[in-house]
Amino acid sequence: MTSPREGGWRRAGSAVAGFWRRSLRLRVVGSTVALTSLAIGLTGWALLAQVADGLAEARSTSAVAEARAGFDRVRAQLETTAVADAAAASEAVAQIVDSLTQSGQGEGRYDVVVAGPLGEPGEPSPVRSSGNVAASAIPEDLVESVGGSDGLFWRFAEIPVTGGETRPVVVVGSRLDVPSTGDDYGIYYVFSTADQQATLNLVRNALALAGLAMIVMVAGVALVMSRQVLEPVRLARRTAERFAAGHLEQRMHVRGEDDLARLSESFNQMAASLQSQIARLENLSKLQQRFVSDVSHELRTPLTTIKMAGDVLHEARSGWDPSTARAAELLHRELQRFEELLADLMDLSRFDAGAAQLELEPVDLAEVARRVVDDPVLSRKHIDVRVVGANRPVVTEADLRRVDRVLRNLVANAAAYSRSKDVVVTVAQNSDCVSLSVRDHGVGLTSEESLRVFDRFWRADPARAAGGTGLGLSIARGDARLHGGDLRVGSVAGRGTDFVLTLPKPGGDAKQPALEPMREPGDG
Amino acid sequence: MSHRRTHHDRVLIVDDDASLAEMLSIVLEGEGLTTAVCRSGDKVPAAMGSFRPDVVLLDLMLPGVDGMEVCRRIRESSNVPIVMLTARTDTDDVVAGLAAGADDYIVKPFKNSELVARIRARLRRTDQLLEPLEFGDIVLDPAGHTVTRGGQPLELTPLEFDLLACLLGTPEQVFTREVLLQKVWGYHHPGDTKLVNVHMTRLRSKIEDDAENPSIIRTVRGVGYQAIAPS
Repeated sequence: MTSPREGGWRRAGSAVAGFWRRSLRLRVVGSTVALTSLAIGLTGWALLAQVADGLAEARSTSAVAEARAGFDRVRAQLETTAVADAAAASEAVAQIVDSLTQSGQGEGRYDVVVAGPLGEPGEPSPVRSSGNVAASAIPEDLVESVGGSDGLFWRFAEIPVTGGETRPVVVVGSRLDVPSTGDDYGIYYVFSTADQQATLNLVRNALALAGLAMIVMVAGVALVMSRQVLEPVRLARRTAERFAAGHLEQRMHVRGEDDLARLSESFNQMAASLQSQIARLENLSKLQQRFVSDVSHELRTPLTTIKMAGDVLHEARSGWDPSTARAAELLHRELQRFEELLADLMDLSRFDAGAAQLELEPVDLAEVARRVVDDPVLSRKHIDVRVVGANRPVVTEADLRRVDRVLRNLVANAAAYSRSKDVVVTVAQNSDCVSLSVRDHGVGLTSEESLRVFDRFWRADPARAAGGTGLGLSIARGDARLHGGDLRVGSVAGRGTDFVLTLPKPGGDAKQPALEPMREPGDG
Repeated sequence: MSHRRTHHDRVLIVDDDASLAEMLSIVLEGEGLTTAVCRSGDKVPAAMGSFRPDVVLLDLMLPGVDGMEVCRRIRESSNVPIVMLTARTDTDDVVAGLAAGADDYIVKPFKNSELVARIRARLRRTDQLLEPLEFGDIVLDPAGHTVTRGGQPLELTPLEFDLLACLLGTPEQVFTREVLLQKVWGYHHPGDTKLVNVHMTRLRSKIEDDAENPSIIRTVRGVGYQAIAPS
């Protein structure tokens, strides 16, 4: 479970991610800014470190030099001052400190802390300090170094000031022997580095500001550059979209000789090539349609004359000798077949030329099925045709003439070739399509025959060819596909053959037929 | 020669194909009709005057003048029934031919019996009306096959006369297209509704004041047509 706010953030996040994916320009500008920021950040950081190092080194050098001079002066003073006991020595050191501090305060640059006399390690030493620097502010490791050996030691440190704040300092310390008493004192010079810190802050702020300004400028430059590069790409996209939408005359403007100009040139070449190819194909298709129409007319006129003459002879045959009469009969019958063949060829040519047109109207497949099986031709041949599933309307938008033709063809096929007297017509539907199956219980087809059954002029068994053109199933499949549907066959040798016509409903498709053709057992 | 055959019905065959024209003549003469042949559209007007046909059989694919044009020219001066021969099954062509004034059409190739039936149907009056009929200001006279509206004569073809008489004969009754095909065209013409639609459009353009908003013959959507009884 996610809270509504979380969901909102997630949606906003995915919206931004989506925009990031889609906008090349955002990506170019974004990554330019990110990389520039990284480079500027690294450079600034290195620069600042260098400046800080330089400032610290200069300060520490001057502090050590100043402290050394101070220590030398103290030593000299102590050698000339005779002190009787430890208390006197302490007093003398205190005076020296005061004088040192006064000179230090005069310039306002340092404080002095005196610890001692130094006893055993761990034993707190009395402290005398100028200003308000506490002895505890002196770094412990420095105290140890000073107590442990001769020489000069220094550290950077932060010391507390009133109000709980701290200030940055350099502490320089050294051990001091009072020759007259033999006591040791630790003396620490505390130099403020506030000036250096201020300088460093100034440099840092200047660098940050300059860096920020640079990033903004780079972002602007990236925006301008990406616009310059991407605008032609966008133009190319729009042109390509218009081209794809069928405006084949769309071309890009070619300006200059750069890569983008070459892209435009290539695009235009591609467009011109496609346009001429399409024009060529369109022209071919038109020629084909024209040819079909011309052939149709040119053949039909002489065929009409021949047929009329054949009819006249056929009518008069009773007065002739038997062989001439038979010749007239054959002439009449074969002319009929020739006419059917011509009509079928014209239909196929129209499919091939893409010139076939649908006259759509609401068609009830159940009603078509009932009407077709009532055809008296079937009962004359003593073929029993049953209809299943036709008690409810099975309606789709279809060309009634073509659907009727397909169904008649399938039923006639089943009656003529299956050697069975039992044919079942089933109608069914789902939300996307309607299906109609014509199933016989005859000899069936081998799997090789099933593959060839829709081939033009193919017959399962030429000896069984009881008339017909051999084009019926090709045309039936053409009719089905013209509707956006399909005609499929399933057959099992010895058990029968099953043709399934599937037509889409308005807005649907025929991908999931309401009926499947029969299959070999164990064939899925 | 018997007395009956002294007034043969006359068919003018307009066809550029010599063999087909001759074959048409043979078959129609065999049925007791008198025929004449025009081999080109240009000669049709002259033949109309000299031969005075009762039916014109017109092939749509003519050289020179287009078949549609011939059809239109005949209609300018005559109401003779016209049957078109067409090799094209395209609906557009058939509708264009009917709109140009043809009464019926027949697609090549055809059976002789079918051809004769169509010609006979055009020659035979369907006798929708035995007595003069008054319908508002429209008067139909079956004797002279004349129609007047408000005293003005209307130029209707015999087929249009029969169609109008059929509808006005029983006002308010809805006739389906199938029934009209049966009663007016006189033979079974299954599902050929465009034949009725085109002729209804032509009839309305002649009798209605505004063919777009008919006040005499109403279309009953999805069913057919009915005459609106005059108030």
